Amino acid sequence: MDNYLLSIALTIMLLPLAGSVVAGLLGKQIGRAATHCVTILLVGISFLLSCYVFKKIVLEGYPTVQGVVYQWVSSGTFKFDVGLLVDRLSATLIFIVTFVSLMVHIYTIGYMADDPGYQRFFSYVSLFTFAMLTLVLANNFLLLFFGWEGVGLVSYLLIGFWFNRESAVFGSLKAFLVNRVGDVAFVLAIAAIVMIFGQLDYHYVFTHVNLVLDKTIKIFPTVTPPAISVVCVLLFIGAMAKSAQVPLHVWLPESMEGPTPISALIHAATMVTAGIYMVARMSPLFEYSTATLSFILVIGSITCFFMGILAVFHHDIKRVIAYSTLSQLGYMTVALGASAYDAAIFHLVTHAFFKALLFLAAGSVIIALHHEQDMRKMGGLARVMPITYLTFVIGALALAAIPPFAGFYSKDAIIEAVHLSTIPGAKFAYACVLAGAFITPLYIFRALFLTFHGDMRLDAETKKHVHESRWVVLIPLIALAVPSIFAGGMLVGPMLFMKPRLLGDSIFVLPAHDVLSQLAVHFHGAKNMALEAGQSLPLWLAFMGIVVAWIFNLYKPSLAEKLKKQFALLYSIMVQKYGFDDFNQLVFVHGTRRLGTFFYKISDLILIDGIFVNGSGRLIQWFARVSRHLQSGYIYHYALVMIGGLLIFLGWLLLGS
Amino acid sequence: MFSHLPLLSILIWLPVVGAVLALMTGGDKNAKFSRSIAVIISVINLLLCIPLYLNFDTSSYAMQFQENALWIRVYKIHYAVGVDGISLAMIILTNFTGLLVILAGCQAIKVRIAQYMATFLTMQGMMIGVFAATDAILFYVFWEGMLIPMYLSIGMWGSSNRSYASIKFFLYTFLGSILMLIALLYLYNLTGTFEIQKFYGLSNLSLHIQELLFFAFFLAFAVKVPMWPVHTWLPDAHTEAPSGGSVVLAALMLKLGIYGFLRFSMPIVPLACQQLAWFMITLSLIAIVYIGLVAIVQTDMKKLIAYSSIAHMGFATLGCFMIYDIYKHSIAVQDAYMSLEGAVIQMIAHAFGSGAMFLGVGMLADRFFNHSRLIKDYGGIATTMPIFAAFFMLFAMSNIGLPGTAGFVGEFMVIMSAFQAHFWVALIAATTLILAASYTLWMYKRVFFGPVANEYVAEFEDITWLEKTNYILLAVGVFFLGLYPKPVLDVLHVTVGHILALSLPGVAAI
Repeated sequence: MDNYLLSIALTIMLLPLAGSVVAGLLGKQIGRAATHCVTILLVGISFLLSCYVFKKIVLEGYPTVQGVVYQWVSSGTFKFDVGLLVDRLSATLIFIVTFVSLMVHIYTIGYMADDPGYQRFFSYVSLFTFAMLTLVLANNFLLLFFGWEGVGLVSYLLIGFWFNRESAVFGSLKAFLVNRVGDVAFVLAIAAIVMIFGQLDYHYVFTHVNLVLDKTIKIFPTVTPPAISVVCVLLFIGAMAKSAQVPLHVWLPESMEGPTPISALIHAATMVTAGIYMVARMSPLFEYSTATLSFILVIGSITCFFMGILAVFHHDIKRVIAYSTLSQLGYMTVALGASAYDAAIFHLVTHAFFKALLFLAAGSVIIALHHEQDMRKMGGLARVMPITYLTFVIGALALAAIPPFAGFYSKDAIIEAVHLSTIPGAKFAYACVLAGAFITPLYIFRALFLTFHGDMRLDAETKKHVHESRWVVLIPLIALAVPSIFAGGMLVGPMLFMKPRLLGDSIFVLPAHDVLSQLAVHFHGAKNMALEAGQSLPLWLAFMGIVVAWIFNLYKPSLAEKLKKQFALLYSIMVQKYGFDDFNQLVFVHGTRRLGTFFYKISDLILIDGIFVNGSGRLIQWFARVSRHLQSGYIYHYALVMIGGLLIFLGWLLLGS
Repeated sequence: MFSHLPLLSILIWLPVVGAVLALMTGGDKNAKFSRSIAVIISVINLLLCIPLYLNFDTSSYAMQFQENALWIRVYKIHYAVGVDGISLAMIILTNFTGLLVILAGCQAIKVRIAQYMATFLTMQGMMIGVFAATDAILFYVFWEGMLIPMYLSIGMWGSSNRSYASIKFFLYTFLGSILMLIALLYLYNLTGTFEIQKFYGLSNLSLHIQELLFFAFFLAFAVKVPMWPVHTWLPDAHTEAPSGGSVVLAALMLKLGIYGFLRFSMPIVPLACQQLAWFMITLSLIAIVYIGLVAIVQTDMKKLIAYSSIAHMGFATLGCFMIYDIYKHSIAVQDAYMSLEGAVIQMIAHAFGSGAMFLGVGMLADRFFNHSRLIKDYGGIATTMPIFAAFFMLFAMSNIGLPGTAGFVGEFMVIMSAFQAHFWVALIAATTLILAASYTLWMYKRVFFGPVANEYVAEFEDITWLEKTNYILLAVGVFFLGLYPKPVLDVLHVTVGHILALSLPGVAAI
């Protein structure tokens, strides 16, 4: 800890933890106001320090710092440390995390005002911030995993925050278990890294990749894939769970059972992007496994397109945005697969702003309607909630990738990067991301029209009271709306196309995969990029999407019903969400329970206990019962036996001789 | 200042003296006295661990704090005690758990209080004796002696089916250890001594003899661990035992099995262990997966945690017996350390996690009118007992091996090591991440979350200061071991190295 930046990074990490402990242990004693003041103050300081670190490292080009805080385990040759790394990537991410977290903290004052679990909620959100910062600032795989599991835990706690609701508790359990599937792969990946490199330190691992390229791992006697590929595939499976990629995406829609502020923070802006961050962080490994990159491309594009479609069929406003998140995570994953890691992080950043904005704006609507989330019971809210409406529109435009909003730059870059990529699967991915460009505006403008336009479909009682939200809710909306407009244009040059890029050497790309450099040739500033968009396909697809959304939801809603009847089968597949949930329920949940019951009832109770344990007891009883007859106590019984014995003995003697 | 005292003997016999004193208070009339005697004795015992730890030389694998007195001259049986790194750790754990159990008993036990205190103090003394004994017969005496108070605790304070469970427990474990006695006698004939250290590295044991000895030891230790398929006594014993008994069972008694493998099987019959490692690994993996699945479908909370204990112990045995494959794979003893140390850490971590969970079930059952342990009788505890629910969540997380809690460290180290040698072993072992989360959190969901289940649960009061004290102690343990396991590992390191040197054939002593 010789460097003061490291001390600052440690402080950034620990302040939210302190806030969480205070809110959790003393919350009831110090009261609501004190609780939110303390936690917001501490996260606020964290945010300011993050700004400072961002300025030093990213803007002023201060060199990467890293160091060990303490040694966690030392065993034989293996030494595992708790250590931090502050480089361009982590400095950027902690800035985003603390900013969104701060906004969500403030927003929570308004959203959770009437909730009895007020202090508990603040404690959780601060704890989450700590865990996420740990994940981002780790300088080795082990601490990364600490943060990884930490955010998973808090996500579990927050999804099930209203623990009296059956659906919330179910959703939280599902989220935890699905994430654990990914964790199995992640733990094995860490084990593989220990095996190959003997260390878990990023710096050591990344600088020694060249030396281990010919190492293999024996899976089956004849199947020995390159060790690097095994590591990368396992790592990515871990990322698939956390970043909700098909088929491990099933938990994210369910996570919407949690309070809206955490949907914004955890299930849109930060935690779900941890997988994206992780793969980008490990770019020096992934670059050497083209097979894994292909796999990533395909998974990402499937998620991007097929999950996007589902958003069109939902009526719950939060679920629509959740499916949208899946789809956008698919975009980021596709970017990773195309080796455009910078573009993935860029989209992560812009998405953090506009998706948090969309969620918080939706939340503003939800509290105004007393926790009504069904869009069929909304409509026409633009008049009564003008600021919420305006910010939602900004978020929607950014999501729909309309220039010059933030989402346009990041998404367009991804689409173009995939177009140029030569990695197998890129053609399929290109088709999917293009289709996604049509679907995205379709669902989000559908939500916009259903919620804010048309007739008010509220019940009479709510209609009387509905009004714009409090300032604590609106301030975060406005604060997030600003970067949702400008962040894209401001960052696109520095992040993707200028040399050196904003993330600099945090990201490693092989020259053969470097699609962003090829794109950079055509880049003439953010303004031109926006102006030239008119000549490209994605923008026209986006406009088509908006128009279609308008036709079906405002202009001629009856058309939707007609199509629904025409394509009943397709519609029911969509409503069943492709059947993933039913399949999992049937095969994994019931299957596991049946197997457990079988082992318990048949093997444990009947075989082991019934036959062997109690059986041997019974055998001894039986033996005792039978042999008891030998000792009847009557002298003539014994005499008879003696005589019989003598006779046999005599006979044997006689015959034998 | 303590260095001239026979610390180990004091640790062993002070609780026994305390037990006699507690009995002398005259039953339930002076319950207060017997409680305070028990608490004072166990606190003193725990405090005595401090000089034990401070004066322990972590750079030596030799037995320390040795005491030796001739006991039975004809057979050269000695009263000989001493500690190395592993037994030191286990003795501290025993004293820690002892205090918890006494504290829990102060509140939960309403009848035959003096007897309860005496029983558990005796148990504590016997258990320390097992970990400290360096003479095989002394070890055996403590090993069997410990069964008596445990048998009594189940039989006297247990629930409805206690007589079946206590007899099953006694016979299972007793039958297991008979063969161990024969093995010890055989070794005595060979060496002319009962000093355990003298049994190590015998050059004239053929592989065949080693295998016979291995199975003699195996039965004794496998029953204790317990390993599949000799595990069925544990769920019954746990469900019927009072919660203090369950805690001792889970936190300490199961560890004796692993301790036995480390102290006897591995150093005495290294060749057989190497030959039969595949057998032990298979049983360990069965414990992890099969028992994990069985745990999911349990309807009784104590049974569920009991099965979970078996699965967790599977990691400890896996860690012990993976060392041969790892060594074969890398030819570096250094690489095998993590496996064995992970096993020992798993033993300690499991004591905190499962001990806390058994205490918790006890707290719930004490509050329920018919002391039900059935999951379906509960629901919505988080509403009525929020502080308890928060604590229990922490221990549940330790049980499922969340990083930052004690439960993670051992599992992590064992999986890391297993992967060095075999991909599939590591993969199967890693499924515990899912299984443990399934049974633990599903139980948590049904017991703690959801609407308040019935009018009894609605009237539950949150934990008392005594229960809270216990839980704070355990929480400190869980976090300490999870966040900073290094000090514990430093104690183990040289001893583990010694065991490795004795077990991995052809390795010079380190």
